[in-house]
Amino acid sequence: MSADTAVPPAATAAVLALADDALILSHRLGEWAGHAPVLEEEVALANIALDLLGQARVLLSMAGDEDELAFLREERAFRNVQLVEQPNGDFAHTIARQLYFSLYQHELYAELAAGDGPFAPLAAKAVKETAYHRDHAEQWTLRLGDGTEESRRRMRAALDGLWKYTGEMFRPVDGLDVDPAALEARWLAALGGVLEQAGLDLPEGPRTGAWAAGAGREGLHTEPFGRLLAEMQHLHRSHPGASW
Amino acid sequence: MVAVTPETGTSGGVDGGSAGLGAQLRADFDAAVAAEERVEPRDWMPEEYRASLVRQMAQHAHSEIIGMQPEANWITRAPSLRRKAILMAKVQDEAGHGLYLYSAAETLGTSRDELLDKLHSGKQKYSSIFNYPTLTWADVGAIGWLVDGAAITNQVPICRCSYGPYARAMVRICKEESFHQRQGYELLLALSRGTEAQHAMAQDAVNRWWWPSLMMFGPPDDESVHSAQAMAWRIKRHSNDELRQRFVDIAVPQAESLGLTLPDPDIKWNEERGHYDFGAIDWAEFWDVLKGNGPCNEQRISQRRRAHEEGAWVREAATAYAQKHNGTGREVQA
Repeated sequence: MSADTAVPPAATAAVLALADDALILSHRLGEWAGHAPVLEEEVALANIALDLLGQARVLLSMAGDEDELAFLREERAFRNVQLVEQPNGDFAHTIARQLYFSLYQHELYAELAAGDGPFAPLAAKAVKETAYHRDHAEQWTLRLGDGTEESRRRMRAALDGLWKYTGEMFRPVDGLDVDPAALEARWLAALGGVLEQAGLDLPEGPRTGAWAAGAGREGLHTEPFGRLLAEMQHLHRSHPGASW
Repeated sequence: MVAVTPETGTSGGVDGGSAGLGAQLRADFDAAVAAEERVEPRDWMPEEYRASLVRQMAQHAHSEIIGMQPEANWITRAPSLRRKAILMAKVQDEAGHGLYLYSAAETLGTSRDELLDKLHSGKQKYSSIFNYPTLTWADVGAIGWLVDGAAITNQVPICRCSYGPYARAMVRICKEESFHQRQGYELLLALSRGTEAQHAMAQDAVNRWWWPSLMMFGPPDDESVHSAQAMAWRIKRHSNDELRQRFVDIAVPQAESLGLTLPDPDIKWNEERGHYDFGAIDWAEFWDVLKGNGPCNEQRISQRRRAHEEGAWVREAATAYAQKHNGTGREVQA
C-alpha cells in the first residue's frame, strides 16, 4: 500500500463507518484486560470486545483485506465516530460510552437486519450480540446511577462528558439505508428510559457542534486517536509484507 | 464418598470427647481416597487435606488471574486481526478459569474475597512463570506452546484428583488449555516459517521461556515439601521430576518440527532410559523469583491491587444497588 490515507474504492463510506466503529471500540475494550473492577467484568468486557472485533472483520473483508485496512490506513482515513475512540477513563466512562454506542448499534442493526440491503446478513447476527451489549450497559447504568453517591457522581460526569460525541452517530452516511432522524428518535427514547430508571437526567448541551458533527466520519479525529493507532499498528508496520 | 457427614460441613468438628469417632472418620477417609473415591464438599475430610487443597486451588486460581497480564500486554499490539481475536479470547478464558477455580475453592469453606485479599497481601502465591516479561509478540506464542504446555502436563493428572470439585474444574480447563496450546504452537510456526526477522523473534522467545517453563513443575523431588502428602491424598499423581521429564520428552520433537532450537546443549536422547536427558536447572533463579525478586513480581501484584482498589467503588455501587432492589436487605457480595 503506497497511498496510506486513501480509502480503497471497494470500501464504501457505509462499510468503513460500521467497520471502524466496531474495530476501534473493540480496541478500547481490549485495553481493559487485566484491569477490570471484578473478574466477571474481565469476561464481559472481553466478550463484547470480541463480538465487535468479529463484526469489524466481516465488514472490513467486504471492503478489501482486513489487515491492510486495519493496520495500514492512517488516522485521516478512518471513518469511526469520535465517540468510540474516546479513552476508557474510569469504569463509568467506559459504561457511558457503551450505553450510548450499544443503544445506537442495536437500533441500527435491528433496522438493517429487517431490510434486504448488503448489511442484512451481518446485521442478523450482530443484532443478537448488540442486544447483549445493550443489556450489559443498561444494567451497569442502573447500578452506577442508583448505587452509591460516588458511583452516581461518576456516572453523571461520564454521561455529560461524552454527550457532545453522540450527535455524530445520526449523521447520514452514504450507502447506509436508514432514516437517521428516526434512528435518533428511537435512541433518545431508549436512552431516556434507562436514565430515568437509573435516576439520572438526560445530559444537556450541544451534540452537533461545528467540530463534532460528523467529524470522525470525515476522518477528523480527536487527539488520543493517533496514539491508539500508533500502538495498534506499530508491529504490523514494522514488518512490511510479513504474514502472522 | 465417606458415609459420615458432620452437620457443621466445615470439618474439624472432631473434638476431644469423640476421639474414637475421629479415628474412624480418618480411617474411612484414607480408605476411600485409597480406593480412588471422590471427596465431595459435604464429606468429612482432615483439616490438613482441606488446607492443602485451599492452598493449591487458590494458587492455581491466582495464576490464571495474574497470568492474564503478560498476554494482555500484547492485545493492543497484535499484528493481525485474527491473532488479536485469538488472544482476546484466550485472556477471557483465563478469567473464566480463575472464576471456576475460585468457585471450586469456595466449596471448601473459603471465599473469593478472602482468597483475593491473600493474593493482594502476598500471603498466597501464583505461578512464578508470570513474573517474566513479554518483550515481543513471539512471547505470546512461546507462552502458549511452552507455558500452557507445561501447565497441561501438570494439570491433566489433576482431572483425576481426589477432590471432586477440583477434578471437575480441571476437566473443563484442560480442554480449553489444549486449544490455547495448539494456537501458541501455530503462532510460533507462522513466525518460524516467516521472514528472517520473524524467525529470529520466535527463537529469542523460546530461548527466554524454555527454562522458566521447566521451573513450572516445581523444585526437584528431594526438595518438594508438599509432594509426599499430596500424592498420598491423590491430589497429586506424579512427582515434579516425573512430570518435568514428560514435558521435555514431548517438547523436544515439537521444537524440531517448529524449526526452532531449545537453549540447552545437553539435550540428548538417552536410549537406555527411553527419555531425553537435559541440562541442570538454575534453581537459584527459581527460588529468587519465588521470593519476589523476579523481573515482574512487583509490577504484576501492583497492577492486580490497583485494578481491585480502583474497582472498589464499582463493587460498592453494585452491592448498594442490590440492597435497594432485591428487597431482602441482605448483604450482597459484589
